[in-house]
Amino acid sequence: MSGHITPKNLYYFVFLALLVGTGLTVVVAKFDLGPLNNVVMLSIACAKALLVILFFMHVRWSSRLTWVVAGSGFFWLLILFGLTMGDYMSRGWIAGSLR
Amino acid sequence: METPTLNYLNNGHGLASWLLTKDHKRIALLYLVSITVFFAIGGIFATIVRLELLTPAGDLLTSETYNKMFTMHGVVMVFFFLIPSIPAVLGNFLIPIMIGAKDLAFPRINLLSWYIYILGGAFTLYVALTGGVDTGWTFYTPYSTAAANSHVIAAALGVFITGFSSILTGLNFIVTIHRMRAPGLTWFRLPLFVWSHYATSLVMILGTPVIAITVLMVAAERALHLGIFDPALGGDPILFQHLFWFYSHPAVYIMILPAMGVISEIVQAFARKNIFGYSFVAFSSLAIAIIGFLVWGHHLFVAGQSVYAGMVFSFLSFLVAIPSAIKVFNWTATIYKGSVLLESPMLYAIGFIGLFTIGGLTGLFVATMGIDIHVHDTYFVVAHFHYIMVGGAIMGYLGGLHYWWPKISGRLYNEAWARVAAIVVFVGFNLTFFPQFLAGYLGMPRRYHAYPPEYQVLNVLSSAGASILAVGYIVPLIYLTFSLWKGKKAPADPWGSMGLEWEIPSPPPTENFTVTPVVTHGTHQYAPSKEVGVG
Amino acid sequence: MANGRSGGEHYPGPMHIPSLHGDPGFAGHSGEPPGMYPPHHPKLQHHFDDMADQAEASTLGMWVFLVTEIMFFGGLFMAYLVYRSAYPTGFQEASNHLNVYWGAANTVVLICSSLTMALGVRAAQTSAPPRTQVGWIVATMVLGAAFLGVKVIEYADKFTHHLVPGPYFQWTGKYPDAAEIFYSLYFCMTGLHAVHMIIGLGIMTVIAVMAWKRQFDASYYTPVEVSGLYWHFVDIVWIFLFPLLYLIGFHYH
Repeated sequence: MSGHITPKNLYYFVFLALLVGTGLTVVVAKFDLGPLNNVVMLSIACAKALLVILFFMHVRWSSRLTWVVAGSGFFWLLILFGLTMGDYMSRGWIAGSLR
Repeated sequence: METPTLNYLNNGHGLASWLLTKDHKRIALLYLVSITVFFAIGGIFATIVRLELLTPAGDLLTSETYNKMFTMHGVVMVFFFLIPSIPAVLGNFLIPIMIGAKDLAFPRINLLSWYIYILGGAFTLYVALTGGVDTGWTFYTPYSTAAANSHVIAAALGVFITGFSSILTGLNFIVTIHRMRAPGLTWFRLPLFVWSHYATSLVMILGTPVIAITVLMVAAERALHLGIFDPALGGDPILFQHLFWFYSHPAVYIMILPAMGVISEIVQAFARKNIFGYSFVAFSSLAIAIIGFLVWGHHLFVAGQSVYAGMVFSFLSFLVAIPSAIKVFNWTATIYKGSVLLESPMLYAIGFIGLFTIGGLTGLFVATMGIDIHVHDTYFVVAHFHYIMVGGAIMGYLGGLHYWWPKISGRLYNEAWARVAAIVVFVGFNLTFFPQFLAGYLGMPRRYHAYPPEYQVLNVLSSAGASILAVGYIVPLIYLTFSLWKGKKAPADPWGSMGLEWEIPSPPPTENFTVTPVVTHGTHQYAPSKEVGVG
Repeated sequence: MANGRSGGEHYPGPMHIPSLHGDPGFAGHSGEPPGMYPPHHPKLQHHFDDMADQAEASTLGMWVFLVTEIMFFGGLFMAYLVYRSAYPTGFQEASNHLNVYWGAANTVVLICSSLTMALGVRAAQTSAPPRTQVGWIVATMVLGAAFLGVKVIEYADKFTHHLVPGPYFQWTGKYPDAAEIFYSLYFCMTGLHAVHMIIGLGIMTVIAVMAWKRQFDASYYTPVEVSGLYWHFVDIVWIFLFPLLYLIGFHYH
């Protein structure tokens, strides 16, 4: 079978890290840090997601094909977000100025 | 007395053995019957459209009814015919055989995908029979969410449901091609048909969910009075267009990539030559699938998208033409100095190459933002995409259906009638759609049921062509069905072709292979003097 | 053997599962020539070579499906991104009305359920007794149900405070239009997420019953594993939903 048996302690450690991350993101959100709020919030969310993917979903020990498949989903989202936001962000630009 | 040999057609009788089958070949036939029915329905809508357009005045239908006719034509043809056609019929039938497997990775999910298709089709038939939907197959907001007075929600749900059929097919193909190839069958020994279906499956997986959520949002906004696309609340209708075309542009590659795979196979078999530049064709399939996701904004050039985004999408749209051009070049180079046999599949393939080239080149015209400003929403665009979808995808489908018919049915069809039909399709098609390039360039808008009299000649030519095209489609229906009862029994390899599917009996046994093949070389390695035997 | 497998080995599998058509000795093969399919795990489907092959295919299949789910939710996140950029203050004001503590509690509940799910998969993988396997799966389900319970409370609260978009939407703050768009997205995104949770509970019920019937052990636990992948994915969606919907207005006054 797919084989790798994760030690329970690793699961508990990841679990704790996820809880800590949750607490951290709530506390930081209480303060107005301007654009930094978004950066911190998304970084913590991405880190939590990565922990779930790598350890709870066993991607850490999976084949390269699984890595590529999992990564491609998120990468494709970036295509959707990037090119669409490119439109929205450039709508107000004055012609010829790139601003 | 001869006992008939056991094959997938006679292995199990009765409705239950078909409706509960897990055999990919039987599921392919279930799809064949259903998509033929939907093709006929879509064709009826097209007939009504072309009848109305015979005269400049809107005298056959009211404008509301006309809107419903072209909408239903688009919805049925795109979602219930073009998208499933080659993958669900030929892909389902051939991919396991071409890779030396007994079935797809998930046979029950394969059957489920057919039932989901039927359920989505039922929703759409309900819409058609109870008054139709008039938003255009593109469901643009805010008309579809706020103003339309037709069955938008049911139509949106029909599309939503059918999307899952596509997703499950793509999922099945990806896992199958990765995991179930026979020993020795490396990626670069795969038939190009398999490569193109793999690329298609990537598009199905990555694109279809986005239209699923988009039509769901339209249905939700209409039913629950949400405000996501409502300009009165500061919502942006163009957001809908971004989300819609993020799928619907790659969707056209779902329609054309499988046809390109068919052409690659036919061209090799009927030029008795290995494809020119195998790896270039294989990689081009992937390139089309991937780059195809980067170009959707070319549908939004005049919608209100920023000019800078338009420029980026225009440039990227030029890029996507390159791998398609590579394929056309390689097919041509394969045929050049080959031993060409002009059997009916080859007639369809050659027709494809010519018509797809025209469609593709006119794609460059509309990808050029400056030109598109003038031809957007005219018949020029209509002609462009029909050249690709009908002159390309449908001819690829018909060519493939003819090429593999002996394998699928175990019978040979009447080749003389088939050649006649292929030529009738080619002539009828060009007469229908070439005048539309002219009409569009001269300014005739699309989706109008009345037009100024100066366009009438072109419209009459187009409608006349459509009637010829209809004959061209009905004739194969007759002789192919006839062959099931009266056709000569087909040998395993009637065309003298090469590939795993031609090494097993026609029709194949349920388990495809009694011994798992071990593959030592790619397909289509022809010796110069291979003889052909066809009925 | 025609298909390359050496015959004659008795498969040391789990407790024998009788087939629907009587008991032909192994895995539902009645009426076939003896030796056509040598003894194998009862859950092996015949188009696969062996259980490892089947498991790899199933896992890959679930991952491909999860990619479609990423793109499915992605459309809603796209809409959120567009409108949050267009109406940043309006979105903050709207988000401020959401109760961060319910949201955070739900986040903790889902993280716990991911832990219990992972331990449930591990229990099947290590051939733990059915009671242990079922225990972890039921724990996951209880936590999932708790999550849905909190969502019911939250949704009811929205109804009473006229925060449901449509003809009855009322907003007393400075940015009513942005608020209505925000809440449209809130209901779509959390609603779609809740639907996935409900489906997840349905899947877990089936898995729990199969585990109770002793169908999972080290040689065959694929259904638990792929169900786990689905469950963790639904958790990941919430990991992003929570800050984006609940926390952006936490410091807004």
